[in-house]
Amino acid sequence: MSFLVVKGADALVVEVDGQLVVTNRQEFKQVVLDEVEQGARSIVVDFARSAYIDSSGLGALVSLGKRIRESGGDLRLAGLNEDLRTLFELTRLDALFPLYATRADALADATAGR
Amino acid sequence: MQRAPTRSPTQPLDAEEMATRIPRSGHRGGGSSPPHREWIIASDVTAINGVIEGVVALCSGAGFSARHCRFNIPVALTEALSNAIIRGNGNDVARCVRVRSQIELAARDRTAGSSGIFATLVVEVTDEGDGFDLATAGSRPDAADWLEREDGRGVFLMQALMDRVECTRGAGAPGNTVRLVLHRT
Repeated sequence: MSFLVVKGADALVVEVDGQLVVTNRQEFKQVVLDEVEQGARSIVVDFARSAYIDSSGLGALVSLGKRIRESGGDLRLAGLNEDLRTLFELTRLDALFPLYATRADALADATAGR
Repeated sequence: MQRAPTRSPTQPLDAEEMATRIPRSGHRGGGSSPPHREWIIASDVTAINGVIEGVVALCSGAGFSARHCRFNIPVALTEALSNAIIRGNGNDVARCVRVRSQIELAARDRTAGSSGIFATLVVEVTDEGDGFDLATAGSRPDAADWLEREDGRGVFLMQALMDRVECTRGAGAPGNTVRLVLHRT
C-alpha cells in the first residue's frame, strides 16, 4: 500500500497502489491535504492499481472532497474497476464525485474545465 | 474471553500467548469436518490484513467466485474487524479480537432437480468491549446527511456485500459477536 504524487500542469494526480482502508487512510488524507495546503486545487485520485476501498477509505475521500471544494478546487476519481464502481454506486457516492474510466479522461476534463 | 495482558502490539509474544494467538486451521473432529481457521489478534488494525488473506485463501480453496474473494469478503471482513477493534475494543491493545471462519457444506435438495453441495462461508468476529447495537451502529443511504458523512457506512457495506449479517452479545460477559454469512454462487 503506497501513494505516489504526480504533479502535472493542470492537475495533481495521487496514485493509490493497493487498498485504501482503515490502516492507511490517515496517511492518504495527509498526503492530499499537504498538497492542498501548498496550493493544489484540481486533484485526481487514480485507483487503477487499487484492489478495494473500505468505509474508512470512502470517508477519507468524502472529507477531502469537502475540504477541496471549500478551497475552490475539485476532486476527481479515476481508474475504478467494476468492483470499485459498485462500491460507489452502493453508497451513492457516485453522486458526490465525478468518476472517470481512466486518468487521461479525468485530466482531459480538468483541462477543459480550467 | 480471557483478557490479554497490557502490551504494545509490536511487542513479541511469549510462548503461552503464541499458543493462543497464532492462527489455527484444519478440520474439527476428523477428516470429514469442514475446513476452518481461527485467529486471536490484538486490537491493532495492522493485524487485519493477515486475517483477510487467510479467510480469502479458505474461500478460494472452497471454490468461491473470484469477485467474492477479491472484493466482497475483504471489504466486509475489514469492516467487521475494524469495527471490533475500534468501536468494540476501543483500540485497547490489551483487548483481543477472536475470529472464527468456517466453510459449511450441505447437500443440495436433489428432489428439486439440483445436484452437488452448497458451500457457505461463516465468519464470527468477537470483541471484548461493552457491546453495541448493529442496527443503530451505522447510517443508511436514505439518511439526510448520508453523502456528507465521513463515517457510518461500515455496517451498510457489510450488509450489502454479505448474504446475512447478525450481531449478538455474550450472555453475562462483555463482548459482541458479528456473524457474516456468504453463500458460494
